[in-house]
Amino acid sequence: MKSVLFRLSLLVVLAAVLVSGCAPAAAEPVTVEVTRVVEVEAAPVEVVVTATPAPVEEEIFRVAIVMPSSITDMAFSQSMYEGLLKVQAEMGGPEKMEIAYSEGMFKVPDAAAAIRDYASQGYNLVIAHGSQYGTSLAQIAPDFPETAFAWGTSLDTFQAQGITNVFAYQAEAQEGGYVLGTLAANMSASGVLGVSGPVEAGDAKLFVDGFKTGAMIAKPEAKVNISYTGSFSDVSLMAAAAETHIAAGADMLTGSSQSVVGAIGVAKEKGAKWFGAQWDQTNLAPDTVAASMVYDWTGVIKDMITSVKAGVMGGKAYTLTFKNKGLVIAYNPGVEIPADAKTAAEAAIQGIMDGTIAPLSGPKQ
Amino acid sequence: MGDLFTLPVLLGILYSGIRLATPYLYAAIGETFVQNSGIFNLGVEGIMLMGAYVGFFVGMTTGSLWLGLLGAALVGLLMGLLMAVVSVTFKAEQGISGIGLHLFGMGLSSLLFKKTLGGVESISGFQPIKIPLLGDIPLLGDVLFNHNLLVYVAFLLVPIAAFVLYKTTFGLKVRSVGQNPQAADSLGINVAQIRYTTVCIGGTLAGIAGASLSIALINLFQENMTNGMGFIAVALVYFGSWRPGGVLVGALIFSFVNALQLWIQVKGINLPSDLAVMMPYVLTILALAFAVRRARQPAALSKPFERGEN
Repeated sequence: MKSVLFRLSLLVVLAAVLVSGCAPAAAEPVTVEVTRVVEVEAAPVEVVVTATPAPVEEEIFRVAIVMPSSITDMAFSQSMYEGLLKVQAEMGGPEKMEIAYSEGMFKVPDAAAAIRDYASQGYNLVIAHGSQYGTSLAQIAPDFPETAFAWGTSLDTFQAQGITNVFAYQAEAQEGGYVLGTLAANMSASGVLGVSGPVEAGDAKLFVDGFKTGAMIAKPEAKVNISYTGSFSDVSLMAAAAETHIAAGADMLTGSSQSVVGAIGVAKEKGAKWFGAQWDQTNLAPDTVAASMVYDWTGVIKDMITSVKAGVMGGKAYTLTFKNKGLVIAYNPGVEIPADAKTAAEAAIQGIMDGTIAPLSGPKQ
Repeated sequence: MGDLFTLPVLLGILYSGIRLATPYLYAAIGETFVQNSGIFNLGVEGIMLMGAYVGFFVGMTTGSLWLGLLGAALVGLLMGLLMAVVSVTFKAEQGISGIGLHLFGMGLSSLLFKKTLGGVESISGFQPIKIPLLGDIPLLGDVLFNHNLLVYVAFLLVPIAAFVLYKTTFGLKVRSVGQNPQAADSLGINVAQIRYTTVCIGGTLAGIAGASLSIALINLFQENMTNGMGFIAVALVYFGSWRPGGVLVGALIFSFVNALQLWIQVKGINLPSDLAVMMPYVLTILALAFAVRRARQPAALSKPFERGEN
């Protein structure tokens, strides 16, 4: 009797795992667009027997990406995914470039398994989109010398470890933070700004530090209150953090990570303004989001693809900056931004681009 | 430090703490019924996620938050029923099937979210209701009596659950089934029926716990938005010594300290954010280690009932 029951309970667990396996959150790679098109297209090539030389059929470039949250997170993961889609469209659609993705990979061992899977399936470029994946990637990359890998946010291509097939990328989030801080300080009536970050590390910390510097330079009497929730996914605590900031007098809020959707909701409810990071968050609250710092990875992706096609499989580290157009400030036309605030923000962008402003310390003397 | 304990800050902690405690209360009070009858449902998190999704989706598509709430309660009930079938009728290992239920709820809610919504959207959730007279008390009125309906109901559940568990025949049956199912059975109590009922109550409340997030407190759905709350709710039942009052104390301590640590950071008090974030967990563990008597655990907890055994 006992063993039958045990098997039954195992069955339930298996069924559950199966269902969760169907969900995008699991390790199962999801292929976007159809790859079948390729087979159809390959056929006519053999039939060509005329005098004209057969058109050189360019091989499809296959990219796979493993990311911590979802492609619709309005933040880090979405920025990269949309960048890939844009490059795909420029390259001529899914026939020229295939994109496969695994999302919801908060657990590093799952992500590592997915990275290895994609590499062994012969993808040309496998992107590990999260700084937490670095250690795993350094172990996987040497086993697949024919595959190029990329990871971020980091600038370490593991060359010191003798690895040559890894690209690294990072966003100079402090630059965007500085500009949004300038904007927020100029718009604030209360003079109090609230920042809710996820974890005090990586580009979240860069963004927060840049935001604070920008605000303090713009309005030295401004107060910038900073809190971290210790999680990239705790929507509820992020909402509570926003409530706390507003109760402490803040009327301009910002934050980063996919959990900020909770905070944006609070800002909307309480009539505060929000400044988005990583992706344009206007859609979520069209009257609340004043401006967003948007990551545009297309330049990075394109250069990596060109490199791989030329036989360079790694060793380059990229950064997103205002100067290389990897960082863009997206204003929400639905929220009125005073002209002087906008002028100050544009001046800040200019200053950062020509090097007269250091986003973590302010204007250079 | 003196800057921290000012009146506005204390009121702020009170307000945020009450809101943070709401989902824990629904889920943990539900689990209190379940565990008092001797079943250990570790799948609360999965039920909460399904409740959050269904509440949001139904609320958004029909435009009625009440239908959303009803949907969340129903899906919670169904998942409770599933857990009951597995753990009571099939007498499966409860810890394992609970984890299965969690994975099931997490995967299914993510899948449905992807297929139906695609991206994060927000809705206008249950609005705050100011309670007449009480809401006009200076300072405290706004903090304590100006919340949305689901917050009030969560706190009302505590005395109701205590009454049901300790003052009704049903409550007595639940506790006797959890302490000694053989004896209860010999006295003519239908052990399976009682356990089915409690697991379904627990499921329903866990579903509502999820909806309290998605249509009353945060007003959006995001994949895996409960972020471990269901497991903390299970821990709160232990913390509260399987009594609704104890669960309330645990939920409030955890939530108030969480609200406090946010204020510590916002006020710029020189404490590393990592330490601040740890505070509620550390304090809960300390309280658990020093203040809780272990003696009250239902003797038959997580043991399937086999007639004629022992």
